Amino acid sequence: MTDKNEIISKLNTYITTELLKRPDKTIGADEALISGGLIDSFSLVDLALFVEQSWGARIDDTELNAQTFDTLGQLAELIAARAS
Amino acid sequence: MSTLVSTLTARAAEAPQRPALTFVERGGEHTISRGEFLQAAQAYSGRLAAAGLGAGDLVILVLQHSLDLVYAFWGAALLGAVPSIFPFLTEKLDPDLYRQRVKTLVEHSGAKVVITYPEFYDSLSQLLAELDCTVLSTADAAAGIAVPPAPQLDPDAVALLQHSSGSTGLQKGVALSHRAVLRQVEAYGKSIALDPETDVIVSWLPLYHDMGLIAGFVLPVLTGTHLVLMSPFEWVRQPASLLEAIGRHRGTLCWLPNFAYKLMARSVRPGAEFDLSSWRAVINCSEPVYDESHQVFVEKLAPFGFSPNALAVSYAMAENTFAVTQTAVGQPPRGDVVEIAALQERGEAIPAAEGKRVVSCGAPIESVELAIFDTERNPLPERKVGEIGLRSEFMLSGYYKRPDLSAEAITADGWYLTGDMGYLANGELYISGRKKDLLIVGGKNIYPQDLEDIANRTVGVHPGRAVAFGVLDERLGSEKVIILCELQDGADPAAAEQELRAKVVQETEVTVGDLRFVPRGWILKTSSGKHARTDNREKYLREFGV
Repeated sequence: MTDKNEIISKLNTYITTELLKRPDKTIGADEALISGGLIDSFSLVDLALFVEQSWGARIDDTELNAQTFDTLGQLAELIAARAS
Repeated sequence: MSTLVSTLTARAAEAPQRPALTFVERGGEHTISRGEFLQAAQAYSGRLAAAGLGAGDLVILVLQHSLDLVYAFWGAALLGAVPSIFPFLTEKLDPDLYRQRVKTLVEHSGAKVVITYPEFYDSLSQLLAELDCTVLSTADAAAGIAVPPAPQLDPDAVALLQHSSGSTGLQKGVALSHRAVLRQVEAYGKSIALDPETDVIVSWLPLYHDMGLIAGFVLPVLTGTHLVLMSPFEWVRQPASLLEAIGRHRGTLCWLPNFAYKLMARSVRPGAEFDLSSWRAVINCSEPVYDESHQVFVEKLAPFGFSPNALAVSYAMAENTFAVTQTAVGQPPRGDVVEIAALQERGEAIPAAEGKRVVSCGAPIESVELAIFDTERNPLPERKVGEIGLRSEFMLSGYYKRPDLSAEAITADGWYLTGDMGYLANGELYISGRKKDLLIVGGKNIYPQDLEDIANRTVGVHPGRAVAFGVLDERLGSEKVIILCELQDGADPAAAEQELRAKVVQETEVTVGDLRFVPRGWILKTSSGKHARTDNREKYLREFGV
């Protein structure tokens, strides 16, 4: 369950379907989510909750910024390291 | 006649030990008494006076949400100077562009002093070098500066300035007099039955916006109501932290934009514990109000002691200092169920058994006179939709140093035309839409022209072939930005999308909700060549709407 590609795929589906409402889109693993203007601050909270519910990986609110959270690749690594 | 200076001084003198402010920061909070608060503000007065600031001079506060911001604001006010809070740089904005905006504002407004942080001091000093403006750092020595004597002020002198965002907003500094601010605080306080002895106001709202500045800052300070002040940047990452603060401090009053309701409801974690039974009014303000957001909020928070009777709504704007209307506190806002077609097509609010439920914004507060005007500026009867006009004792003195814009905004007989559309029923105001071209995204005002301008500057976008508008984002209960563009032949859509999205966030801080490249000729234009935003919005909803 902690395969990186699998995590990225699941994150991609969640973001495009639930947050962007554009299931036709695919987000690249290196695409900038926050600084690239793809998802807003309000969605970050939802994304963090989704990560916690799906993988049991708790993300602290201080980590909800472009340094730790800006690409699906970064996020997947963080999840893989913390998944329970 | 009182001024901000005499009122603030009197509050400290009458009960110096009472808590004025609890400042909540990550990992802790501390409470400041009224006496300490005045002293800290006076210390800033001394520093600002030493930098050459005097009565009537404008000072721009380029500071993060912090105690420095709080004290610099009141320190300037105590000098009879005019403070204006500029939104601080965030990680999203382009820093060069941001500094350029500070410069533009200083140039246009003739600000005498800019106060900022040490890390920003050098670059701002350089940028403003050729202007007649002193840049002051919060780190500059404060010790030993004598507190200047309180000035004798004209109550009609400008007390503070509120700016809205965007290229249009920057030129429109809403100037408010001492009289206007104090009268609004008095009238609005009555409408919510404010009791400074027992009420506790809890706010995370930014201080550069009218709701945060007046309701969440100036009103509690001037009335001596205990204020629990949180950071907007910390709140957005942990929306339920407001609920915890309410429980901890037995908070009674709160103002929130509509988007915050569902966001907070969603962010309550399983096993969370707080007691919201002290909350007597949570006032929805500054964005269109959606019934559904209230329902979701009540459903989620009732188990924590939240009463649906605490739901309230206010219609407010900087040009009226703050509140225009307020629903009765202690009962839920009224809803008006009307025929959808009659409302949308003929501008008539006809009561119906089933239809659209419009939430009331309440009745005008003391001294406010409301009228609904048709396009010819004739007053309309109840239940007819038109532009909302208002007159009151706390309207703006004018747009700062822009008599041309002031004359446009206020009619010869004293009406301020709001640009919002609505109707009156049984003396209460119902908002149905907007005449002005403006989007309100997560509480932030954005002009579609600014977004279209960014699109037109993006590589690959056919210049003049972009349109921006807002549609309801149901997940958030706010508007989301839609941008549609036509591309030039051979343009790379992926590159254009990346560039456009990044530029929008760097220049406006707002994220594009949906960006679509449409075929040539898709975007509708009016005969004048101006985009028909409404028509394109309807076409978008028909073709792509969920």
